[in-house]
Amino acid sequence: MGLSRNVVEDMHIRGATIGIRGFFTSGGRHHGVRRPSPIIWVPSAIVAVAMALPLVYLVERAVDSSSDSLDLLFRMRTAEILMRSALLVIVVTASSVFIAVPLAWLTVRTDMPLRRLWSVLTVLPLVIPSYVGGFLVISALGPKGMLQGFLERVAGVERLPDIAGLHGAALTITLLSFPYVLLSVRSALWGLDPALEESSRGLGIGKWKTLWKVTLPQLRPAIAAGSLLVALYTLSDFGAVSLLRYETFTWAIFLQFNSFNQALAAVLSLVLVGAAFGLILLESRTRGRSKYYRSTTGTVRPSSVVRLGRWRWPAFGATAAVVALSLVAPLSLLSYWAIRGIAEGEPVRLLWGAALNSIYVSGLAAIVAAVAAVPVVILTVRFPGRLSGLVEKMAYIGFALPGIAVALALIFFGSRYATPVYQTMSLLVFAYVVLFFPQAMGTIRASFLQVSPRIAEAARSLGRKPMSVLFQVALPLIVPGILTGAALVFLTAMKELPATLLLSPIGFDTLATSIWSALEEAFFAQAAVPALFLVVVTAIPTAFLILREPRGVR
Amino acid sequence: MSEPAVRCEGLVKSYGRSQALKNLDLTIAEGTTLVLLGPSGSGKTTALRLVAGFEVPDAGVVEIAGRRVAGPGVYVPPEQRRIGMVFQDYALFPNLTVAGNVGFGIPDKSAREARVVEALDLVGLAGLGSRMPHELSGGQQQRVALARALAPRPTVLLMDEPFSNLDAGLRAQVRAEVREILQSTNTTALFVTHDQDEALYMGDQVAVLEWGELQQVETPEGIYHTPDTRFVAKFLGLADFIPATFHDGKLETALGAVAWEGEPPPSGVEALLRPDDMSLDPSESGQGVIISRVFQGPSYLYEVELNSGGVVHVLQHHTKQYGVGTRVQVRIIAEHRLACFLGEQRVG
Repeated sequence: MGLSRNVVEDMHIRGATIGIRGFFTSGGRHHGVRRPSPIIWVPSAIVAVAMALPLVYLVERAVDSSSDSLDLLFRMRTAEILMRSALLVIVVTASSVFIAVPLAWLTVRTDMPLRRLWSVLTVLPLVIPSYVGGFLVISALGPKGMLQGFLERVAGVERLPDIAGLHGAALTITLLSFPYVLLSVRSALWGLDPALEESSRGLGIGKWKTLWKVTLPQLRPAIAAGSLLVALYTLSDFGAVSLLRYETFTWAIFLQFNSFNQALAAVLSLVLVGAAFGLILLESRTRGRSKYYRSTTGTVRPSSVVRLGRWRWPAFGATAAVVALSLVAPLSLLSYWAIRGIAEGEPVRLLWGAALNSIYVSGLAAIVAAVAAVPVVILTVRFPGRLSGLVEKMAYIGFALPGIAVALALIFFGSRYATPVYQTMSLLVFAYVVLFFPQAMGTIRASFLQVSPRIAEAARSLGRKPMSVLFQVALPLIVPGILTGAALVFLTAMKELPATLLLSPIGFDTLATSIWSALEEAFFAQAAVPALFLVVVTAIPTAFLILREPRGVR
Repeated sequence: MSEPAVRCEGLVKSYGRSQALKNLDLTIAEGTTLVLLGPSGSGKTTALRLVAGFEVPDAGVVEIAGRRVAGPGVYVPPEQRRIGMVFQDYALFPNLTVAGNVGFGIPDKSAREARVVEALDLVGLAGLGSRMPHELSGGQQQRVALARALAPRPTVLLMDEPFSNLDAGLRAQVRAEVREILQSTNTTALFVTHDQDEALYMGDQVAVLEWGELQQVETPEGIYHTPDTRFVAKFLGLADFIPATFHDGKLETALGAVAWEGEPPPSGVEALLRPDDMSLDPSESGQGVIISRVFQGPSYLYEVELNSGGVVHVLQHHTKQYGVGTRVQVRIIAEHRLACFLGEQRVG
C-alpha cells in the first residue's frame, strides 16, 4: 500500500473538478493537431496492457479451475473470511477517522502548542511496515510479552487477555494507517475557503457550531478519500493479520498457496480484488453528490487560527498520547529489541546483503515506474478521450490490487507462459511497478497539470517542433514530479512484503523477507535489526516528502 | 496595395455541436493592428488560434504573407508559420531566465544575444535579462512575453487578451507602451479582447464578433459612431435609440433636428445617440426629467426620461450638477452624422 495515494486521489478529484482537461476536451479529432504522436501512445498502450496482465491471469486461473472452484469457495468458509475482513476494515477505518479528523483540525487550525512539530510526527507512523507493527504489538502485549512480564513482577499476573485476533490486528493497523486520513483531511483543511466560515460567523453562528455545521461537512470528501486508503490498506494487509492470527483474505490466500492449493488461492484472490473494487465504488458514490470545491479561482487566504482557550493543554496531551502510542512506543521497542539483538551477537553483517537487494529491486521498480508513467500522464492529461480514459483506468489498477493477488497472478503467468522470467527478479520488479504505478502517476500528473498548455503553445509559436517542445520545455518542468514519484515508489517497494515473499527468486533475501523469516520463527531480536534499519532509512525521506505535501501543488 | 499580412476566408470551426466560427473573412494589412472584439464565446479566441495553427479549421483558408497555411489539404504547423504569440497568462518558461525566454525563438546562436538585448531594450527591460520570470512584476512579465514574441521578428503578432491580468492603472500604461512599440516596429498584429475601450485604443481596425459571426470591421471611430447593427452599437458603449424622421433636409427627433446630408433614411428609423452626443441644461420647459445621476469622476452621467417616452443617457462635465427630478432641455451637440437603424440593421 502506498504512502501517498491520497495525493493521487486528491489530484484525481481536483483534476476532474476544476476541469483542467477542459482546455482540450473541445479539441475534436483533427489531423495534425490533436493526435498524440507514437512516442506517447505506444508506450502508454504497452503500460495499459501490462497493468491489466495480473488481473487477466488471475481471472484465467480462477476460471480454469472453475469446475470445482465454486464448490471450493463454499466449502472454504469464504463467507466467514469475508465477514472477518469486513469487520476489520470497518473497525480500522472508523477508529482511524475518529483519531485523525480531530488531529488534522488541531494541527492545522488551532493554537495548540507545538503544532508544527506534531504535524510531522503524527504522519510518521506510516513508515512502519505492518509486519513490524504486528511484531511490536505481540512482543509488548502478547502472551509472554513485556507488559505481562512487568505485571507478573509487580502484581503476579500470569496471563493477559490474548492479543491475537480482531482487537490486536485492528489496533496494529489503525495505529499505522490513520495518517492516511490525517494527510487527506489536512490538505483539505489547508484548501478550505475561509470565507465560508467567516460568512457563518457573520451570520451569528458561534465558532463550535460553525465547525460542526460548516467546516466538517466540507471535509467529507477528504474523509472519504482518506478512509478509502485506510480500508484498502487494511484489506490488503498481510503482515499484521498473519502475525496476529486473524484470518482475513490475504492470510487465507497465503495459507492455501503454501499448501499447493493454487486454484483456491486464485479464486480467493479474485474475491479479494472484487472487495477492493467494491470499496472504491463505495467511496466514489459518497463523493459524487455535491460539489465541495471553491467555485472561484485565485489564491486562498489562510484561515484564521482557532483559539482553544482552556482546551489548549488537553488537546496537546491527547495529541502527545497519539504520537507516543503510534510512533515513540514502536520506535523505542524496536530499538530495545535491536540493541538486545546486537548484544546477543546477532550477525549485523548479513543485513547488508539484504539491504542492498532491497535497494536494488526497489530502485529498479522506481525507475521503471517513473519512466513509464511520463507518457501515460502526457496522454491522459493532454489528449483526453475514451481510449486515453481507458489507459488511465488501467494505469490506476494497482491501486485496487492487493500485493498478494498481484504476486499470485504473476506466479501463474510466469510458470505457465513466461518460464524464462519465472523465478527471476524481473517478475518481482514488475509486481512492484503494477502495485505502485499509481503513486508515480499521481505526482507526475500533479506536476504536469501545473504546466500550462499555453507554455507548450508559446514554444511552438517560437518555432519549436512538438518533440523539441516535449523534451526542452515540458520535461524539465516536470522533473521534480518525476523524482518525487520515483522516490515514493522506491520507499513503498522497500517495505512491501507479500509480493516480495512470493516472487523473490530462491536465495534472494531482502530486508522485508529477512524480517519476515525471523518473525515466523519468533526471533524478535533477530528481526529487530533489519526492521530498525528499514524504518529509519525510509523514515527520513518519507518525512521530507510528507512535509512538502500539504501544499504540494506549487 | 501590397499583399495583406493575414487573410482568412470562410473560416468555419465547430467543437462538437457548437459552432464557434461560422464563415469568417478577415484581412490584416501589413503593419496594422486588427482587434477582434466580442463577448466571451463569440469565437474571437478560436479565430486567433486558427491563425496561429493551434486549431485546424473545418473549412476555409488562412494565408500569412501570401502563403497558404491552412485550407483544404493544407496544414502548416504553428512552428512553421512565423507567428508571435502573447498569451493572457504570459506563459513564460518558468525554468528559463528572462534572456532565455526572449532568445528561445531565435535559432541562430550567433545572432541571439544581440537580438535579446535589442528586444529587451525595446520593451524597456534592458539589463533584466538574468532575472527569473517569477522575480518580475506582472507588468514586467507582460513585457517579457511581448519581447519574446517579437524577438524572432514574426510576420504577425497574435495577442490573446494580453492585458487582462493587469490591474486597471497598469493596464492603461502598458497598453500605451505596447501600442507605441507595435507602431514603431511596424508590426502586424491580431489582438483579441472583450474590452471595448481597449479595442478602440489598440486597433487600426476593429472587428466585432458575435456567436461566431463577423458583425463589422471598421476603424475605431467608424465602428463607434456608425455601427452596422444595434448589437455592435451597444457592445461598444452606452447607446440610446430615439425615433427620428427625415424632413426638409434634416433629421428630426424629440431632442431637436440635426443636419443630414445625402440619401434620406426610410421612415420609422431610430437614431443612435451616445451620452457624449448630447448636452443638457435645466429648463422649466425642457423635454425631460432627470431620473438618476451617476458620478464618474470627471463627469456625471445623467439618465433623462423624455416626455415623448424613452430614456436617454447624457454625459456632462462635473463642474455643474443637477439633482434628480430637475426638468432639463437636452440638445444634440454631435457634429458627426447620426446613425439610423431600422430593426437591427443600420440603414443610414
